[in-house]
Amino acid sequence: MSLENFLIVGAIIFSIGLYGALTKRHAVTVLMCIELMFNAVNITAVALSRYVTPSAVLDGSKGAAEAVLTGQVFAIFIITVAAAEIALGLAIVIAIYRTRETVFVTDANQLRK
Amino acid sequence: MTLGQGTEDSLFIDVVFWVIAVSSIISAIAVVQSKDLFRAAMFLIVSFVAVAGLFVLLRAEFLAAVQVLIYVGAISVLILFAVLMTRDVEGGSPSNRQVVPIGILAVLFGAVAIFVSVDTDWNLLESTLSSGTVTADVTDGITGVFSNTVPVVAKLLIRDFVLAFEVASVLLLASIIGALALVREG
Repeated sequence: MSLENFLIVGAIIFSIGLYGALTKRHAVTVLMCIELMFNAVNITAVALSRYVTPSAVLDGSKGAAEAVLTGQVFAIFIITVAAAEIALGLAIVIAIYRTRETVFVTDANQLRK
Repeated sequence: MTLGQGTEDSLFIDVVFWVIAVSSIISAIAVVQSKDLFRAAMFLIVSFVAVAGLFVLLRAEFLAAVQVLIYVGAISVLILFAVLMTRDVEGGSPSNRQVVPIGILAVLFGAVAIFVSVDTDWNLLESTLSSGTVTADVTDGITGVFSNTVPVVAKLLIRDFVLAFEVASVLLLASIIGALALVREG
């Protein structure tokens, strides 16, 4: 178990999410795959903050020891953005379903017509 | 040297890591491949819990708790509601016409990311600490940080990243108002 293991897991989950988000037609599946990608990024951020030396430690500046947890703070902000995104995304899906009786992203193409 | 009190190099921890990693990847594949949307949402919950386990292995206990509370507790319930409210839509979750090119793109992206993460010469924290290039104060400080991460995360969040913290609050408020305005009747 080392840094590379976690980064590889993150890369694989991100690729799966990327594939699903770009190929699936159901809007809820697309949102689920976007959540998978957020999770993969979180794994990567936390793993890098756990294993890699921050530059503040090498400089020996003040608060150097605390800088090793910056990645975890990043992950908290990513989770916040993911929560806001999923709430708005599902609200849009429900709104489209009410007005147009469809949840397929390929059917929401009024602007193209 | 090891950080914190964990027995990071034991065989047991390795086995736990592989079980969690494989189950998170398999359930992620199941989310994409599952025909039934409800089942896909259930596999998404499994994937979220597995990622929380990875956070515990990475000494991010607070994040693991946040992951369970927000992803497993809130986001997956929201997704299940959306799945159930749109249940009468026919056809499950079909793919569009770009399966092959996007599949190749995703595999290529994953291969490049794995190659970069394996090939890069990471400046590892443990080797920096054991090489003696940093003072004993910093070494003790980092060991202390990893033995109890929650107060340090709180300190970083409220002190160093306080502006981003406040912006995140405004973002959440805006998304609440936006979601309410979108789904309001009439």
